[in-house]
Amino acid sequence: MIINHPILGPRDAQEFTYLGDAALIDRPDWQADNAAEAFHDYLYLRDNPAGEHRELWFHEQGDRSWLVVTRNTVTHDILNVELARDVARARGRRK
Amino acid sequence: MNAGHADFRADGSTANAGAKRGAQVNRLSGGLVNSAKVMNFTFDGKAFQGYEGDTLASALLANGVRLMGRSFKYHRPRGPLTAGSEEPNALVELRSGGRQEPNTRATVAELYEGMEANSQNRWPSLERDFMSINDRFSNFLTAGFYYKTFMWPAAFWEKVYEPIIRKAAGLGRLSMEDDPDAYDKGFLHCDLLIIGAGPAGLAAALTAGRVGAQVILAEEDFLLGGRLNAESFGLGDISGAAWIAQVCDELAALPNVRVMPRTTVVGAYDHGVYSAVERVADHVLAPEVGKPRQILWRIYSKRALLSAGATERPIAFENNDRPGIMLAGAMRAYVNRWAVTPAQTVAVFTNNDDGHRTAADLIAKGVKVTAVVDTRADAPKVEGVELFAGAQVIDTKGRLGLTSVRLRLASGITRDIPCGALAVSGGWNPNVHLTCHQRGRPAWREDIAAFVPAGELPPGMSVIGAANGDFSTAAALRTGAKGAVAALSDLGIAATVAELPQAEDAPVNLQAFWYVKEGKGRAWLDLQNDVTVKDVKLAHQENFRSVEHLKRYTTLGMATDQGKTSNMGGLAVMAELVGKQIPEVGTTMFRPPYTPVAMGTLAGRSVGEEFRPTRKTPSHKWAEEQGATFVEVGMWLRTQWFPRKGETHWRQSVDREVLQIRKSVGICDVTTLGKIDVQGPDAAEFLNHIYANAFGKLAVGKVRYGLMLREDGIAYDDGTAARLAEDHFVVTTTTANAVLVYRNMEFARQCLWPDLDVQVISTTEAWAQFAVAGPNARKLLQKIVDPEFDLSNEAFPFMGCGEVTVCGGLRARLFRISFSGELAFEIAVPTRYGDGLIRALMQAGEEFDVVPYGTEALGVMRIEKGHAAGNELNGTTSALNLGMARMVSKKKDCIGNTSSARAGMNQDDALMLVGLKPVNSTDPVAAGSHLMNAIGVVSAEADQGYITSAAYSPVLGCSIGLGLLKNGGNRKGEILRAVNPLEGREVEVEVVSAHFVDPEGERLRA
Amino acid sequence: MRYSGLKVIKEALTGHNGWRPSWRNPEPKPQYDVVIIGGGGHGLATAYYLAKNHGITNIAVVEKGWIGGGNVGRNTTIVRSNYLLDGNGPFYEFSLKLWEGLEQDFNYNAMVSQRGILNLVHSDAQRDGARRRGNAMILNGSDAELLDAKGVRAMYPFLNFDSARFPIKGGLLHRRGGTVRHDAVAWGYARGADMRGVDIIQNCEVTGFRIENGKCLGVETSKGFIGASKVASCVAGSSSRVMGLAGMRLPIESHVLQAFVTEGLKPVLDGVITFGAGHFYCSQSDKGGLVFGGDIDGYNSYAQRGNLPVVEDVVEGGMALIPALGRVRVLRSWGGIMDMSMDGSPFIDKTHIDGLYFNGGWCYGGFKATPASGWCYAHLLATGQPHDVATAFRLDRFRHGRMIDEKGQGAQPNLH
Repeated sequence: MIINHPILGPRDAQEFTYLGDAALIDRPDWQADNAAEAFHDYLYLRDNPAGEHRELWFHEQGDRSWLVVTRNTVTHDILNVELARDVARARGRRK
Repeated sequence: MNAGHADFRADGSTANAGAKRGAQVNRLSGGLVNSAKVMNFTFDGKAFQGYEGDTLASALLANGVRLMGRSFKYHRPRGPLTAGSEEPNALVELRSGGRQEPNTRATVAELYEGMEANSQNRWPSLERDFMSINDRFSNFLTAGFYYKTFMWPAAFWEKVYEPIIRKAAGLGRLSMEDDPDAYDKGFLHCDLLIIGAGPAGLAAALTAGRVGAQVILAEEDFLLGGRLNAESFGLGDISGAAWIAQVCDELAALPNVRVMPRTTVVGAYDHGVYSAVERVADHVLAPEVGKPRQILWRIYSKRALLSAGATERPIAFENNDRPGIMLAGAMRAYVNRWAVTPAQTVAVFTNNDDGHRTAADLIAKGVKVTAVVDTRADAPKVEGVELFAGAQVIDTKGRLGLTSVRLRLASGITRDIPCGALAVSGGWNPNVHLTCHQRGRPAWREDIAAFVPAGELPPGMSVIGAANGDFSTAAALRTGAKGAVAALSDLGIAATVAELPQAEDAPVNLQAFWYVKEGKGRAWLDLQNDVTVKDVKLAHQENFRSVEHLKRYTTLGMATDQGKTSNMGGLAVMAELVGKQIPEVGTTMFRPPYTPVAMGTLAGRSVGEEFRPTRKTPSHKWAEEQGATFVEVGMWLRTQWFPRKGETHWRQSVDREVLQIRKSVGICDVTTLGKIDVQGPDAAEFLNHIYANAFGKLAVGKVRYGLMLREDGIAYDDGTAARLAEDHFVVTTTTANAVLVYRNMEFARQCLWPDLDVQVISTTEAWAQFAVAGPNARKLLQKIVDPEFDLSNEAFPFMGCGEVTVCGGLRARLFRISFSGELAFEIAVPTRYGDGLIRALMQAGEEFDVVPYGTEALGVMRIEKGHAAGNELNGTTSALNLGMARMVSKKKDCIGNTSSARAGMNQDDALMLVGLKPVNSTDPVAAGSHLMNAIGVVSAEADQGYITSAAYSPVLGCSIGLGLLKNGGNRKGEILRAVNPLEGREVEVEVVSAHFVDPEGERLRA
Repeated sequence: MRYSGLKVIKEALTGHNGWRPSWRNPEPKPQYDVVIIGGGGHGLATAYYLAKNHGITNIAVVEKGWIGGGNVGRNTTIVRSNYLLDGNGPFYEFSLKLWEGLEQDFNYNAMVSQRGILNLVHSDAQRDGARRRGNAMILNGSDAELLDAKGVRAMYPFLNFDSARFPIKGGLLHRRGGTVRHDAVAWGYARGADMRGVDIIQNCEVTGFRIENGKCLGVETSKGFIGASKVASCVAGSSSRVMGLAGMRLPIESHVLQAFVTEGLKPVLDGVITFGAGHFYCSQSDKGGLVFGGDIDGYNSYAQRGNLPVVEDVVEGGMALIPALGRVRVLRSWGGIMDMSMDGSPFIDKTHIDGLYFNGGWCYGGFKATPASGWCYAHLLATGQPHDVATAFRLDRFRHGRMIDEKGQGAQPNLH
């Protein structure tokens, strides 16, 4: 597979390390009342779609960017690639 | 005289041909072989001659040898069915020793001087094969018979039945000697990958090449031209060969076109990536020195054109598997390209016009054609041969080679026709294989009675020529050129269709005909696996009707040719049986590779000691000079111990190293530990998230031990973080997790807390680091560290750190941390000074009898101190299990703290890290032993835990261990059994503190 | 019809006219006691044991495609009982014991062949781990032997002992491990279930569940609604898709695992070997092909195919271990969808929906579990209680922190 890195352009997927569902960005609030349940869902439950999947890839043998790749899990087509930090900020993550 | 010759004589040929061209009795004139260059080869030990340009199969046929192999199950005598890589029959063992290649297709094995080939899967000889007795019992060995028997008595399967079956099965032999050849891998990029250099591929390459596109033209064969080399018709007013030569010259002059003969594109992977195998040296005796045998190319293409041609398919009839029966197109290839006829008298059996070409070409070459048998009642006439229209071949004769065929004529009468070879044509199947490697599912085209590419092709791929069902030469040229224009236009490259020569444009005239229904004998579909029409009928009878069940039950299409010539026939028979159309029955999946690929090629240079990179520490060269013993630690090579003269057992070396460190001082290269520089105003806050314990208040100039949890609350790494400045930490990790910790830090930084002002970078390779441990560590270091730096206990206490200079101004980092439990420091200098520093340290330490030590002594000392390491941090242990529950801060948001509170991880009987000492001090303690109560049953249910690490402690004079024990924190003094039924041992151990040596930590604070 | 050598001879002499269909092709009835979704190995085994052990025969197995077409039809055929952890060990040992009597039990030769599995070790830490595992195996009633390098060499002299990047230091030998003819397992169970009255319905895709008031009443399918007192999902790589139809999110990701077979060779490799310093394991089939595999590709996928880097990685491991394989040709590679769970261990459990049951999360190890999975799932379906050897395979175990993590990799499915 080839991942079109937003900064570096097309790179072989072999340079990257895969983590999983981009929902792993949405780490729950540790002080919330339902923190235990929220962390369970965050850590263990997955949509696991057959189709478009937003997922985290790390450019380990590259510029060390974490990317959010939107990829079809049936065709392996890659539809979008974003810097994970931009996604995280857009989803309200701060310090 | 071999059987081939014997059979050849039975064929009634004259000796003239033999006299004319040496022993090559079936060699004709002309062709694309170089008769000026004779090549000597052996088959089953007998010497033969062929010509440059021959394949093993064409050369053997030229010598009158039709018998080349035996089938898998019935051991039927077989000759080549094809002239290409789809060959199911003519498989040989090529070469010998470490280079022996089983199952090599004689039809594509390019002849070279000195070739050594042997037939396979026969004993004692190809002509007289003992296992051909199976053929007599074929009625018992039908599809799937083995699922119904060999069940009693149960123990007989492994002991009796299976060994016999295994011995009988298999095809060629592997020598099991190491392959002496090298294999390479390479990467190529192009605008347009053209797969196959027949007329379609050549027209595409010319069109794309002329406008400057980056083109790769890959061709499986050693000649470009595809079917043009096998046919007698020309292009425009020149011969096919002449046109090919022109095109080759032009392509060779284009720097943007890379022509790759002997290169098979075998797999279509995601995003335009193709794998291809180039056979660099299979056509010579051995690769040139330094050259690879084959190269695996990974081709990154923007667009691809599949011009892989088509494969002819046989017709099934009784005894249709005898040597001499081959595909009509293959026979034309032998006649036209290789100037070889398989026999002096030949008959043709066809359901389409294309078969008639074979008769015409044979006649043109002076071969006697005894009959053209055409299943069509309205078959067209062929000049110079008797035509039997509406007739079928219903049986054949000839034990080791064809001698005659029996016809059922349209009138209903039978007739026997003598012939040494029969050309069979059932029509052509487009080579759609690569279009199926992703999601493509071929569609049926009734006019050619074949599947053509359809569905979702690999993105960027389009199909031209015969591979797309456009069988005529003119169509191939036209679709090739147009396909290239269209593909390039996608890329924004303007091209125009090249001017193309006039070429034959014959329509496909075919009446689908799959198998002859007459006869009680066997009619073969899959020749190699011996799957017959009867087997398909049985599969149908037993309800194995889905195409996948059919394949798996009968083994149809599972042979080395992957059903290239057999799948369609099987499908057609099943379709008829279930009363459906062929496309309703379906088609089996084509999977990579297109043709089988040597494992050596896929591995490339990553073999032997080069399997994975070897990382060496900065002191490696010095350690080698000391005669160190090395050990693999991940990619690293680390010193395990430093043997000295007279030491005959590793324990002597390790015990000496430990005792000398604890007595005076020792030095160990700890460069492999991960080092991560963490800088920025938010560095401390960042580390508070990363570590379970708090780092916010760590003073500058201090080091703290830190434990990292996964988000699920399991401890996964530990190490130290040294605060060199308010906004600068140096984190160390274990050797094993250096990469993972860094990755996780970047995840936390970029994805979880993206606004933290912090930067992290791995500096593992940037610093050479040495531990200097033992009571004399300070004294030794003071000789190295420049005098302005005070190393006294007051100025540089335990867990202190700082930037210093050594050896007169070389910058260094010094940490007072201790894994060994001794007064110890770790000193780091830029990596290029690592070798110098170890030498300087050792020299400075001479007066203290300093010892270098390796990972074994390191391991012994950490067990003596009860430090957790990899065996304890095994991915299932929490901070609680490791006795570090209190370190997990509940006052801050750190990774893993929420999940570590789950009930199942906090049970009263949770495993806890303990020390274990043998009750009898001479008993050895073995890591991996399970702990059982002193009395009671030994069972999985009674399991109390296990020993994680063990070592002989030279300080305590006995074996000691660390273990994880249920409720271990409250069981000190208890006697347990450490059971090791695996090695038949059981040792009584006492639960003790894990801190075996200096539990108060006085030595390390000294 | 009972299969036997005598029957084969009789049929051979009488024209093979007596062979009957191995299973029927029934149309679905409107209502069943149990509908099993998924005609793979586990689903068919579940039907077989429900009928045989519990006398429940009003069962339909609904299969989207053709039976045995999932992972039971595309695996590397290994069976073993060499697990480490309490939650797993007794279950897999039970499974291996069922394998040992399976063919006589269901009257079908699945070629259960206990030629041994050797897991190689390449470091002291691996040896420590092998000792712990071997002891756990023995304590659970399985078998294990710890070999040193010499012992390994005596068994397999052709392994790379002399110029290896990661030298072989020994191995853990599990003699009762081996291989099974995988397709025959599906067919044997299907035939056995069919004989006892189970309806096997192929080409029947489940498109939804009918759930009312928290109770599952049956399944909507491409052949219409099929009512059932109990619905049992058993669809491996499609688990998330199917259970998603019931509104459930699972602790599962679907990943692709590639496997490979070479051209047929005369026997060179008797047992199964697992490389401990790379991703490679290998056996030789009775037909002569080397069957091998390695690691999953590592990214979520439903594509049933993988990519080239993993192919190369696996074969590099093979060549590093057995340098004589250089000229053996890989004939075919394929990919299967693995239901990778969050701790690498499976689930056999009820769901929060009354009457809806779930079996999945087998990762790449489902084949060896087939008999025990079917047996225990049948037990759960019939009695409402988990079987003794499958009590740990609960869907809620993560909520309580009771992971069964053999590899110690945590909640990252692609690392199990």
